[in-house]
Amino acid sequence: MELAFNEETFRDDFTFRNSPHAIRRFPFPFHEDRYMYAVNIEPHVPGPKGSVYEFPIDVDEHYVSEMRDRALVLREDPLRCQALPHMMTAQWDLLELLMTAMARDYPEHFALTRDGDRWHWINRPLGLDQRFVFGDALTLPCEPMEYVTRQSQGDFALLDHRDGNLWMDAGMITTQADWSLDFDIGMNFFEWHGPVPLAHEMGVFERALKYLLELRVGSPVRRLNWTMTVNPRLDTSPERYPSWGPDRLSLTPDNIGRKLHLRVELQSFWRLPRSNAIVFPIRCYLISLEDLVTVPKWGRRLPRVLRSLPQQLVDYKGLTRYRDMALEWLARYDDGAATSPGGAPD
Amino acid sequence: MSIRPRSSPVRVAEIVPVTPFVKRFRLAATDASPLPRYSGGAHIVVEMRDGGVVRRNPYSLTSSPLHDGDYEISVQRAEVSRGGSVFMHDRVRVGDTLAVSAPVNLFMLDWRARKHVLVAGGIGITPFLAQMAQLSAEGRPFELHYCIRSPERGAYREALERCFPGHVRFYCASKGERLDVTQLVASQPLGTHLYVCGPTPLIDATLEAARAAGWPGHNLHAEHFAAPPSGTPFDVYLQRAGLRVYVGEHESLLEAIEAAGVEVPYLCRGGACGQCETAVLGCDGRLQHHDHWLTTADRAAGRKIMPCVSRFDGRELVLDL
Repeated sequence: MELAFNEETFRDDFTFRNSPHAIRRFPFPFHEDRYMYAVNIEPHVPGPKGSVYEFPIDVDEHYVSEMRDRALVLREDPLRCQALPHMMTAQWDLLELLMTAMARDYPEHFALTRDGDRWHWINRPLGLDQRFVFGDALTLPCEPMEYVTRQSQGDFALLDHRDGNLWMDAGMITTQADWSLDFDIGMNFFEWHGPVPLAHEMGVFERALKYLLELRVGSPVRRLNWTMTVNPRLDTSPERYPSWGPDRLSLTPDNIGRKLHLRVELQSFWRLPRSNAIVFPIRCYLISLEDLVTVPKWGRRLPRVLRSLPQQLVDYKGLTRYRDMALEWLARYDDGAATSPGGAPD
Repeated sequence: MSIRPRSSPVRVAEIVPVTPFVKRFRLAATDASPLPRYSGGAHIVVEMRDGGVVRRNPYSLTSSPLHDGDYEISVQRAEVSRGGSVFMHDRVRVGDTLAVSAPVNLFMLDWRARKHVLVAGGIGITPFLAQMAQLSAEGRPFELHYCIRSPERGAYREALERCFPGHVRFYCASKGERLDVTQLVASQPLGTHLYVCGPTPLIDATLEAARAAGWPGHNLHAEHFAAPPSGTPFDVYLQRAGLRVYVGEHESLLEAIEAAGVEVPYLCRGGACGQCETAVLGCDGRLQHHDHWLTTADRAAGRKIMPCVSRFDGRELVLDL
């Protein structure tokens, strides 16, 4: 399918919209009518054509506008992008991974030519043409992680692997579900997951860490995570809480279908070759309830899932104020019929 | 949920004798898809089909991590070979196909180090070859202390002197030269990381000296290059498979289990990574632990074994496999 880029905003007037194609390919995260934590990790292998899994790095109709929103966030708050000094090798690993994947899978939009260390990168949607020396950060306008992640959708955390743990030692985090790189930087896997309820007691993080430490180059894995966001806002960071926290008070039974969005993160995990670090891309997909219920299976399943959530999860995900209102709005789309297994539309 | 070590075929592109005891093998992809890249210190597990026996030996990648292309490993012919190194030396020819696992790094450089001090003994030089290529290219401070038994056993000595002048020192035992590890660890700047690979006595002496000098544990890194030890043959009963398996003198417990068709996850096959940890359900006899993974408490409890290197002596051993 030909990729056309939307002209849209994720703030102020919120002109963000999903095309019918974007709705069909939305990564609906609930494979059954209830939800509980699980280490739901699977190999990040290519999925069906047109799906968000078709290519390892998904570029979609929101690309240009998301990159513009990222630039706005960084202009206000440069600390959303940070890298500790020992992460430079990992930065180059990440640049190579993203440029190689985007140029290979979207050749009409991106091109990469490599002549030894001399690289030439063309990004047509953003109008960039850059020659640089791989490994020499002075030949780029900024450090390599910042350069390439200003051109890649989703957040990116770079995790150093040492002492049998993973350490959040670099990242570009501007589209996050209420966590802060500036707060977490330098923390290890257990420290930055400290606030998550229930999962620690279930031993989820020990198992997840053990699994991630075994990651091999060339065999990435993925999982979906989710929450809900009022208005299609990418930057729901603690730093900007005053600008989005009050949005929750703006919901009414009349506008909730339009304003409340299911926010799904496609999280993937890749071993990086030369640094032995791990990159953790967190790609955010948003869909309004109105658009979501155009898929009848999702309209039936979402209210059942929301009803099944334990209170701790409702509170942790910030749904406390509006879960009941959302359930009321969604009720008319659940006719009680059985739903098929898996998250894909019928 | 464990990621299985998948193997992929490679073609032996070149075999170069490095010393009378060490050969270098260059391994190339058999199709257009490039071999996965890696970091200095990484190893691959090479799978050899020796008649009806499948041998799997881990070898450090010695080629530079900075360049795409073929893998290189250096194999020392073991004095008491369990079969793998002799197979590589005597049977493998240019053009042959072997299977290799994807690279895994269990001996990583700590990129925060202000300085890297590398201590190699004999064939323990191999992981450092790839690490030094990376350290040198990035301009990071490092020095190599390389202990060899005799001049003819100093694999890569000339190449090291040529490529990293001023960064390497050799200690040749036959000439009476000895590395004084106590002195070495006493004079390093704060923030130095120490890496040691070679025979167990060298590793133990180096780490002990560093700890005695007050080095933080996180700054010390070791890779044991121990092959599974031979020993008296014994039987093991695999409870879930319902199989009784004979473990021969020169065979590891893991190899015998694999030969019986039961898969056990592994990464290092050298008692270091913890992957193959297996529960002991019954033990009428003595577990012979040779790994670097289980804690003293684990060993005292006698409920776990690392089948890649450890053995058993007694009447009956039952494993949860």
